[in-house]
Amino acid sequence: MSNGSAAVPAAAARRRGATRRLRRLDTKVSPYLYIAPFFVLFGIFGIFPLVYTAYVSLTDRNLLEPTSHFIGLANYAELFHDSYFWNAVENTLGIWVISTIPQLLLALAIAHLLNRSLRVRTFFRMSILLPQVTSLVAVALIFSQLFGYRYGLVNYVLNHVGIGNVNWEAGRLSSWVALSTMVTWRWVGYNALLYLASMQSIPEELYEAAAVDGARSWKQFVHVTIPMLRPTIIFTVIVSTIGGLQLFTEPYLFQPVKGAATGGSGRQYQTVSMYLYEKAFGSSQFKFGYASAIAWCLFLLIAVIAFVNFLLVRRIRAVDA
Amino acid sequence: MSTKLFAPHHWRRKKSIVSICVVAGLVGAGYAATTAAGKTGKTQDVTLNVSLFGDFGYHDLYKQYEASHPGITIKEDIQDYATHHSNLAKHLAVGGAADVEAIEVGFIAQFAAQPQQFVDLRQYGASSLKKRWLPWKYQQGVASNKAVIGLGTDVGSLALCYRRDLFKKAGLPTGRAAVSRLWPTWKRFIAAGQRFQAHAPKGVKFFDSGSNVYNAMIGQATPAYYDRNGKVIASSNPSVKAAWNLTMKGIAKGESAGFAAFSNDWNTGYKNGTFATVTCPAWMMGYIQGQAPNTAGKWDIADVPGDGGNWGGSYLAVPKQSQHQSEAADLVKFLTSPASEAAIFKQTGNLPSQPALLKSRAVVGFKNPFFNGAPVGKIFAASALKLRPQILGPHQGDIQQAASNAIQRVEQHKQSPAKSWAQFLKDVKAIG
Repeated sequence: MSNGSAAVPAAAARRRGATRRLRRLDTKVSPYLYIAPFFVLFGIFGIFPLVYTAYVSLTDRNLLEPTSHFIGLANYAELFHDSYFWNAVENTLGIWVISTIPQLLLALAIAHLLNRSLRVRTFFRMSILLPQVTSLVAVALIFSQLFGYRYGLVNYVLNHVGIGNVNWEAGRLSSWVALSTMVTWRWVGYNALLYLASMQSIPEELYEAAAVDGARSWKQFVHVTIPMLRPTIIFTVIVSTIGGLQLFTEPYLFQPVKGAATGGSGRQYQTVSMYLYEKAFGSSQFKFGYASAIAWCLFLLIAVIAFVNFLLVRRIRAVDA
Repeated sequence: MSTKLFAPHHWRRKKSIVSICVVAGLVGAGYAATTAAGKTGKTQDVTLNVSLFGDFGYHDLYKQYEASHPGITIKEDIQDYATHHSNLAKHLAVGGAADVEAIEVGFIAQFAAQPQQFVDLRQYGASSLKKRWLPWKYQQGVASNKAVIGLGTDVGSLALCYRRDLFKKAGLPTGRAAVSRLWPTWKRFIAAGQRFQAHAPKGVKFFDSGSNVYNAMIGQATPAYYDRNGKVIASSNPSVKAAWNLTMKGIAKGESAGFAAFSNDWNTGYKNGTFATVTCPAWMMGYIQGQAPNTAGKWDIADVPGDGGNWGGSYLAVPKQSQHQSEAADLVKFLTSPASEAAIFKQTGNLPSQPALLKSRAVVGFKNPFFNGAPVGKIFAASALKLRPQILGPHQGDIQQAASNAIQRVEQHKQSPAKSWAQFLKDVKAIG
């Protein structure tokens, strides 16, 4: 139909022009339409809450009050003088450091082992992923029992080797260690699997060349494997930074009495997310404005630390450097 | 049983019912429920959602109510204490509240400060039922604009539960009259603890948790955290400091097992008999029986040191969001009726909040075999009738939490009592 008779050339030319324009439009616009679903959803569930939270953080919004007022940066000013906030930042960073570093090193070691020819290799490779498919709540509750002061399994063992009971939950460092154990247990397999996949894509020739140059197993690992893993390491470091700094479920459920989210009687393991929750929902205050300010500070903190990590990890030398 | 409870429903709703403008904000839901029309004179199938924290023991009553009210189905949703109340606040803000919501006394002042969110139960005859309740109990459910936002369920008048077997081992008297004579005051209670500790079985402490002892003392203080004008006086009130000092003394003398109340370890402590006494509001009886059925008969109940005191107890409220306000209000009246409260007391031990019931034979004559046949009805009812009402404030619960944490810090040897008290004062300042 569209290319009917040429009786009216002008019309045909017009039509051809229209088709061309359409086609051009098609090449220009359709790609955006194809990727639009993601960005529309991201806009609604990603960008919008972010921006809206920023707006709420400038108000004295309270969940129970019908009206709120614009108060500028007052929430942020208060936050910077809030010793509990800085305490939460310190806890978050502390727990993050003692969980992420051993976790990634361990994952690297495990991946290295699994990359060799083992018997029932698939079995081992699959089983390290098991913690990942376990419900987070179950993990947190079971570990809390294991680390119980009076009746916990860990203390039972410590007692038998003569160390005596540790009140894991009550102490600052001890609670961090307990929480890091949970995080590490859950995530080490996932990271190991990523490293493993990446290791398998390293060309065999590199190892052969290294062997010819006289590099032994350890030297090969340091000078071939790790540099080749660089992109994966960057990825895992950034992902664990984001996850680690948002830590909530594990410390929340580690509390002997849930609900208030103070992270222990002395706030010894209250993370920033928990403090946010305490201000927004965990107490009878429902300070949404203040909690939103905390949320934005957390966001900035994560952005800064992820960037610093990126700069640090980027310095791993590439193979050919 | 009052026939009024079963009076036919007013199916015809008031015309004015309500477009509930929820502060839906940008969640986008734009949740505006306009339900003025819709109802005819005929019976329609109505589902009433009831949202509670913990088990209120209502199941049989629901069945009874559904049987006498064809077309009504009741659905219950139970959360833990903290989740329930924070959910309620969220739901009031953005929609999704149940038709009947339980509110604990620690939160009632805060929600009563939002009367625009709740159905004024005077519209459904609450005023004429007023004299059923202990006056202070009724009053706590009344907002500043006189709207009645909640009707009282139970009260948590205080007694002291103790382990007869452990008392015997430590050479203390075991009969409840003699035990009550041991501690007419809290000072004497702490002194009795020293006697207990001197000959206690290894690893057994006199009380479970410093914060439970402290809270009982606070529960008896009038005023405690708030004064009559709604001002926070926690840091300047001498009775708060006195309760703190006495608690610290007990902890220093090694009388506290140092558990956080409602923690797993605390629950296990009941089973293992790690502590000999626990502050017992009436509802605690059900808790102990649930946690440590193996200790049946080893417990007994004595008078609480000091005078009266209340810990806990709840209200039932109908949010304005409810699409079935009159039905929901009727259910609330049913669940808080004398007959219902009496039935619940027998089932769970939750003490009625109505003086006529507290004096009735059903309550006064009730004995609990789990507690060595103690006349629990008589003990708790006497304590409830003696009780002087406390002035509550909106952040009651937060101050309580801060105090519990402060006591825990001392029990865990993390801070000296003086330092912990200083931090408590700082917390109170931030809250108030």
